[in-house]
Amino acid sequence: MCWVWFHKLGSPKYFYFWSKPLALPLFCLGCFCLAVGLVWGLAFAPADYQQGNSFRIIYIHVPVAMLAQSCYFALGVAGFVYLVWQMKIAPIFIQSMAPIGAVMALIALVSGAIWGKPTWGTWWIWDARLTSVLVLFLLYMGIIALQNALDDVVLANKATAVVSVVGLINLPIIKYSVVWWNTLHQGATFTLMEKPAMPAAMWIPLLICVVGLYCFVASLVLWRMQSEIMQREHRSSWVKQEVMYNNGF
Amino acid sequence: MAFDTFFDFLAMGRHGSYVWSAYGFSIFALIALTWNTLAKRRKIRDTLVKRYLRNPTRS
Repeated sequence: MCWVWFHKLGSPKYFYFWSKPLALPLFCLGCFCLAVGLVWGLAFAPADYQQGNSFRIIYIHVPVAMLAQSCYFALGVAGFVYLVWQMKIAPIFIQSMAPIGAVMALIALVSGAIWGKPTWGTWWIWDARLTSVLVLFLLYMGIIALQNALDDVVLANKATAVVSVVGLINLPIIKYSVVWWNTLHQGATFTLMEKPAMPAAMWIPLLICVVGLYCFVASLVLWRMQSEIMQREHRSSWVKQEVMYNNGF
Repeated sequence: MAFDTFFDFLAMGRHGSYVWSAYGFSIFALIALTWNTLAKRRKIRDTLVKRYLRNPTRS
């Protein structure tokens, strides 16, 4: 296996030109999938026999909750990569990803609360799943605050990387919270090996929404990383060339 | 189609206010995030253009 392409992506310049043509197509694909999945889920999927139509919140709640966790997993990996190999692109990724992850966690909490009211009769309870996702949201906010509080770039890089790696401990707690503790929250919709318990007319639009949101988030993080690369590398001649003459940025 | 009329679709069988407020908040947050991403990008580009125009010899 040839790892040259991987090491090259660690260079901000190479990453910038590699990611430049990807962002817009990913954004369009993401919006298209989200539109198809949401309309399908809201208007065409059958109603749940127990929850009625309030179950349709699943088509936004599950994708954002999955993304909130995936984004944090990616942050943890990037933090590890930075602490071990000092790759320059890793802290740029952490800084770009943290606000996106925070918004995903926030949407998951709010849409979950709104779903909880008609289903459980309460907006919020301090049970394991809800609390651990709240902690996830606070971890994102902590990383953003740390990034903004520290003027020294190298120090900020290290501090956010450490928090990202340490916070990984929260992910298995979120994942298994519905198994380990008694909770109002229902179990996982998608598992890797088994067929979903719901009929295909319900889970296919959900899967389309999940894929769409992954593409959507990927495009946003690429755009944010490109901006951050330009800002951090503004003394390089290639950045000046790109900003002043290529008109591409 | 899971609903007979457009009004049924909006009503979501008594759960309309929950479903639509959840979606309203989510879509608003996603649009705000996109807007913030693109605004930040534009701002950084404008700052860099100004800086380069001020110091044309230094790169």
